[in-house]
Amino acid sequence: MSFAARYDYPLFRRFMFLSLAAVVLWCARAHADPRDVNVNAPIKGQETALLTYAPDVPPPIARTYSTKVVIHLEVKEVEGRLADGVSYTFWTFGGKVPGKFIRVREGDLVEFHLDNHPDNKMPHNIDLHAVIGQGGGAASSLTAPGHSSVFSFKALVPGLYVYHCATAPVAMHVGNGMYGLIYVQPRKALPKVTHEYYVMQGDFYTKGANGQQGLQPFSMEKALAEKPEYVVFNGSVGALTGANALPAKVGDTIRLFVGNGGPNLTSSFHVIGEIFDTVWPEGNTSTPAHDVQTTMIPAGGAAIVEFKINVPGTFLIVDHSLARAFNRGALAQLKATGPENKLVYSGKISDEVYLPEGTGIRVTEQPSGLPAPAASKAERVKLGEIVFKTNCMACHQENGQGIPGAFPPLAMSDYLNSDKTRAIRTVLGGRQGVLTVNGAKYDGVMPAWTLTDEDIANVLSYIYGNWGNSGFEVTPTEVKAARSEAANAK
Amino acid sequence: MASSCLAGLAVAASGAETVRVPAGTYVPFYARESVKTARGQEDLHRPISVASFALDRRPVTNREYQLFLRAHPEWRKSAVKPIFADAHYLAHWRSDLDFGDDADAERPVTNVSWFAAEAYCRAQGKELPTTDQWEYALADNGRDRDALRQRILTWYGESGAHELPAAKSGVANGFGVQGLAGHVWEWTLDFNSLMSGPDLRGSGQQFCGGASLGASDPNDYASFMRYSMRASLKASYTTKLLGFRCARNEP
Repeated sequence: MSFAARYDYPLFRRFMFLSLAAVVLWCARAHADPRDVNVNAPIKGQETALLTYAPDVPPPIARTYSTKVVIHLEVKEVEGRLADGVSYTFWTFGGKVPGKFIRVREGDLVEFHLDNHPDNKMPHNIDLHAVIGQGGGAASSLTAPGHSSVFSFKALVPGLYVYHCATAPVAMHVGNGMYGLIYVQPRKALPKVTHEYYVMQGDFYTKGANGQQGLQPFSMEKALAEKPEYVVFNGSVGALTGANALPAKVGDTIRLFVGNGGPNLTSSFHVIGEIFDTVWPEGNTSTPAHDVQTTMIPAGGAAIVEFKINVPGTFLIVDHSLARAFNRGALAQLKATGPENKLVYSGKISDEVYLPEGTGIRVTEQPSGLPAPAASKAERVKLGEIVFKTNCMACHQENGQGIPGAFPPLAMSDYLNSDKTRAIRTVLGGRQGVLTVNGAKYDGVMPAWTLTDEDIANVLSYIYGNWGNSGFEVTPTEVKAARSEAANAK
Repeated sequence: MASSCLAGLAVAASGAETVRVPAGTYVPFYARESVKTARGQEDLHRPISVASFALDRRPVTNREYQLFLRAHPEWRKSAVKPIFADAHYLAHWRSDLDFGDDADAERPVTNVSWFAAEAYCRAQGKELPTTDQWEYALADNGRDRDALRQRILTWYGESGAHELPAAKSGVANGFGVQGLAGHVWEWTLDFNSLMSGPDLRGSGQQFCGGASLGASDPNDYASFMRYSMRASLKASYTTKLLGFRCARNEP
């Protein structure tokens, strides 16, 4: 394997000439196995690694030599938010999901301290895929609560790697959020970019169905069946949407360090409205691919993706296995501001319509015990917000503004406000074909929803009660009447 | 009447009420020794027999442990030797003999090492239960197995920062033993001898997928966690959610 092949990206080529002397020098050592080179790389000095919570990434390492890097990672079992109104006891590396991002340099000697907080209930360990050795560290790090294990390893192969807890039963430890990323920066660092962000997918198996409120215990049955209730980026539904969206500007180059903790699902990682200029598939830094739409990230795998922002807009980051994106939470946003470029794009953002043609019925899973009906209009509006965020927000957007050209707005919508009964019928039976909202034409598909009368009443009351709309209250009785009318019409 | 009087005497003598667990068989989660089937395959489902024994009905409480410390000052926080108990020993106690309030008195004692637990049991004329005895008592002849597993998994999912329930609040199983699931982890006499299947012991493979080799039921996540917990311990370790109860072998 030659140096040029290992670092074959366009920017580098431009500097090939200037670097010729360096290459010649390097070639003198090129016959040595790069792993051996890293085994034998002399260690100068010592430093403590700066670890970051997602979506932040520690700054690039400017160092040009190998050093001893000391890492302290604390395991904490914490109760936190999985979705609106849904909490979960996460097992974490550092207090959040995903675990803290670790950045070291090829050839570094890493002294790893795994600290298991005394308040924890469980024993834990760590398997870093960057480690060559038994268990990737797990064989040396099984740690009881209130104890700390130490082991060391040499970072022999550059790349982006998953780390995770490997204590039996491993699917439960990982299913509770015990994963993160470690980046072994190559000797020749990747080119500088405007922003580096950390995004990690994971699947969660709650006893209650998606959206069921309250503290949810882990479901062993669903984990064994590989049927998650939630598939999320960075540990919770909405961790990277709305106010938490990743910021960018036109002209920026964005590098995402993307991991997939699993424990079970493979991600079809995609950014809607972007093309990855460069992907380092499976996190290896030696063989980049260019001009990629969707890259597969296996459970326990990672990828580095890079793209330049040419036009402003909200770019949705999804697992392109779309039921996960629309119904299970695998949706993040990158919001780019800056001047339009009408030549690149006319200015209307037109995502692909994800839903298949025809008004298929979309089944929303219902909690086994139905929640108490709303006692007042205010309560109805409040409960409706949760229904909206779970079912409607993906298309109609957080503030009901819709997406021009694709999904009509609900905010100050003449179509909506002029006919309450039509709105109920639309949610019940779906809608297909051309319609005009506030003077703009839309030609899309909305599926029929199998929500309860109560949920439909609540969500419509929420929509009518917000964003400058008419303030109508919709009651379950009205929904029920519309439902039987529709049944009679058949 | 006579039997309840005798039971009362037993309490006075041993410090805690015990339950007689009848002899029987159970399938261990990890076999203690390699057994081959007639076809020469590893037999992971061979039941083993357990003789009848007496087991404390409930985990040992802070109050009971305090009585022990009054008589055995060498096990007090200020006196215990570091090789017998790590720095968290009785960390939740305010001082050598002060465990806290009346509610604390009834909670299972935790933050005790294996050495301390075994010393306590010996002082009562008992011993820690073996892992087989403990697991056999938990298995409860297979009664309500799925509900039991779910109760354990639910406990795993609850934050360890909450106060412990009173030892006597545990639901009694078919043997009449309370609180084996959903209260605290419990020490066993031979906690460190059964950390994985016989072919794996000492090979360092009791992590990740390797742990499922040799397990009698790889779908039993609740049991995996107990064996992982035991494997993470040394006899001087103490943790906030690790307690114990005692057992007595029948002559």
